[in-house]
Amino acid sequence: MTRGGGLSIRNVGKVYNPDDMDVVALQDFCLDISPGEFCVVVGPSGCGKTTLLNIIAGFDTLTAGEISMDGSVLTAPGKRLSPGADRMVVFQHGALFPWKTVLWNVTCGPVLQGRFSRTTAEAQARQLLSRTGLQGIEEQYPGELSSGMRRRVELVRALMNDPKVLLLDEPFRALDALTRGVMHEHLLELYDLARKTVFFITHDLEEAIFLADRVVVMTTRPGRLKKVIKIDLPRPRDHRVLTTARYGALEEEVLEAVQEEARKAFETGERELA
Amino acid sequence: MSSPSSRRRLLRAATSAALWRGVVGIALFFAIWEAASLVKLPFLRHVPAPHIVLESVIQTVQTASYWSAVYISAKRVAIGYIIGVVLGVPIGLAFGVSRLFKSTFFPVFETLRPIPPLAWVPLSILFWPTMEMTVVSVIFLGSFFTVVINVLGGVETLDIRYVRAAVSMGATPWQVFWRVIVPAASPSIFIGAAIAMGLTWEIVVAAEMVSSVGSGQTGLGATMWQAYVGGVIPLIITAMISIGLAGLIFSAVIWQIGAYATRWRRVV
Amino acid sequence: MLGFAIVLAAWHLVTAILEVPMFKKIPPPAVVLREWFTPDPFFGVSVYTPLYYSHIGYSVYRAYTAFALAVLLGVPLGILIGWNRKFREFTFPLIETLRPIPPLAWVPLAILMLPGTEPPVIFVTFIAAFFATVLNTLLGVQSIDRSYFRAAQCLGFTRRDILVHVVVPGAMPHVFVGLQIAMGLSWVALVAGEMIAGKRGLGYMIYDAYSMVQIPTIIMGMLTLGFLGYFSSAFVRYVGRRLMAWRAF
Repeated sequence: MTRGGGLSIRNVGKVYNPDDMDVVALQDFCLDISPGEFCVVVGPSGCGKTTLLNIIAGFDTLTAGEISMDGSVLTAPGKRLSPGADRMVVFQHGALFPWKTVLWNVTCGPVLQGRFSRTTAEAQARQLLSRTGLQGIEEQYPGELSSGMRRRVELVRALMNDPKVLLLDEPFRALDALTRGVMHEHLLELYDLARKTVFFITHDLEEAIFLADRVVVMTTRPGRLKKVIKIDLPRPRDHRVLTTARYGALEEEVLEAVQEEARKAFETGERELA
Repeated sequence: MSSPSSRRRLLRAATSAALWRGVVGIALFFAIWEAASLVKLPFLRHVPAPHIVLESVIQTVQTASYWSAVYISAKRVAIGYIIGVVLGVPIGLAFGVSRLFKSTFFPVFETLRPIPPLAWVPLSILFWPTMEMTVVSVIFLGSFFTVVINVLGGVETLDIRYVRAAVSMGATPWQVFWRVIVPAASPSIFIGAAIAMGLTWEIVVAAEMVSSVGSGQTGLGATMWQAYVGGVIPLIITAMISIGLAGLIFSAVIWQIGAYATRWRRVV
Repeated sequence: MLGFAIVLAAWHLVTAILEVPMFKKIPPPAVVLREWFTPDPFFGVSVYTPLYYSHIGYSVYRAYTAFALAVLLGVPLGILIGWNRKFREFTFPLIETLRPIPPLAWVPLAILMLPGTEPPVIFVTFIAAFFATVLNTLLGVQSIDRSYFRAAQCLGFTRRDILVHVVVPGAMPHVFVGLQIAMGLSWVALVAGEMIAGKRGLGYMIYDAYSMVQIPTIIMGMLTLGFLGYFSSAFVRYVGRRLMAWRAF
């Protein structure tokens, strides 16, 4: 279990140029994330949170500022960053390979990187899968599973790669509310096991407050840091925390900060770019 | 529309690496061809070098008989194609909308569809009184089957929710058909129409090659066949290029019409 | 089934009972069926004569050989073009320039270039199947969701890993659609090639019957082609379903 994974995001800017028109997605964004912290970024559609995640993941470049991890610079203008298992991503619509079995999906990272032999990886995978209540499905294809189960398998795949930072791009957006609630508790269980740094983006405020150590509110485009709210709800958390008074107060605080931005985005009709 | 930004875009497109690589690819093809015929490769013994073909093209394009051939083929294509679309769209829609109609006649349709258009030629010659009608009927068959399949696909992949929304707003079946199903299927209809247009040019070659004797009107396919028989090889290639180009141009026109008629789609 | 019956009935009505003048030359279904299934056919070809199967055999051999060649060359090429941007920029314009030339139009050139009678026919058929295969394979590669590539990158896949484990399986559904289309086109081109250049095969049989005004045989040939074409496509579809078991859900 590796430590580290502290991210330092300094004055990051990103300018797109589609159709010859400059679009400023991010401007002067600064944020420090401590190792092992569960950090959730919320903001209206089009505010740039997915762009930020893509830059940290290495799918996109920044045009200003720099991002470092544990002291060394990851990316800066002119310094291309490749995606890697140290910053593993869990995608919004899921990216389990539909043409491979669950077991293959979960073990492919370590095996293809040469870190483990196939047998070792498979043994580990089976253990992890049964730990998360997914035993017995190893030989099935993702198409046979429910969306909730697919999402859990994807989390297992992410964890099998022992990343320093886990990047989650609205991973539960496509699930129904009840399944989502269960997934939240499940994710926190996994988080408590591994305590990786988590960078999670979402629209859903309840999700954000329930999961996070800190909630970061972003402004509408161009995205800047608006407010950081510390979530001091004790861990381990379960769904009962949603009805406590402290939760209510936090929700009010976050809502006030977000609502203003949401209204601005609504009025200008921002569309998501990334 | 010569604004600075569109001019900049044009300049960028003209100097793009992709464009030049494409040009290099094509140029390389011709260079190899030219070199191979200079070296007199046995494979290409009868095939003339590119520069000879180019001469032939320039010469032929100036003759009246060439353009008359183009016109004749184009006329046949147009008539056969239009009839194919006029009959094909309603039948495709009928297959999509009426389960009874589909279960009755679709098996027959699917059995006849794989029969190559050219295989219909002998029967058509015996059946139709004139050669013109034979050629046009074979072209018709080619475009007809393609159009029906594409229209049917368009209706079947239609989101049922549109229909339900209309019905819940009180639409009659007739209104649902004309105002929901037909417009929603129209992208597929136009794609099918464009594909069918490309196909009809291929068929016109076939139809004219086999039935060129005695028709009195020489289209491009017949021109090519006569060139082959007469051993005028550069002319064969000229005809090949012309047919390919004609197919491209006609399909592009249909494509543009379709794009214009379904411009509500350009929402991205 | 009912549809066939209706069409057969209409055919019979028009040719045998009403004897509509325009259809004067078309034989009634009974005549065709009798000729097709009799041990001693008037025109020499029926289900009982080896000649029939010889024609079928030649056509099948040519169609499937050309198809196999098109797959062996077309699929890898399509994947390469879809996957490698530089390669695509070099080769795609050339392919798009050659593609509009109808396969049939290659016949004279094929006869001049290739020796014998088989290669030209197979070549023309190959051309038809080849372009359809390349295009659909290319489309298959390009339709793979970007997320899969990104996930693969995060997981530390090498370029080769991505090709083997993401590109090829991901493109398979489109590839098989392309193969079905290519199979259909192969038969179309084959018949044309046989009519013009071949000495055996169903296309030749039809043309020969035409030149000797043996109309029942023409119809027999046409329907045989229809069935063969249909079953060939169904076979490709079946193979696709087996290879892509993961799609069954």
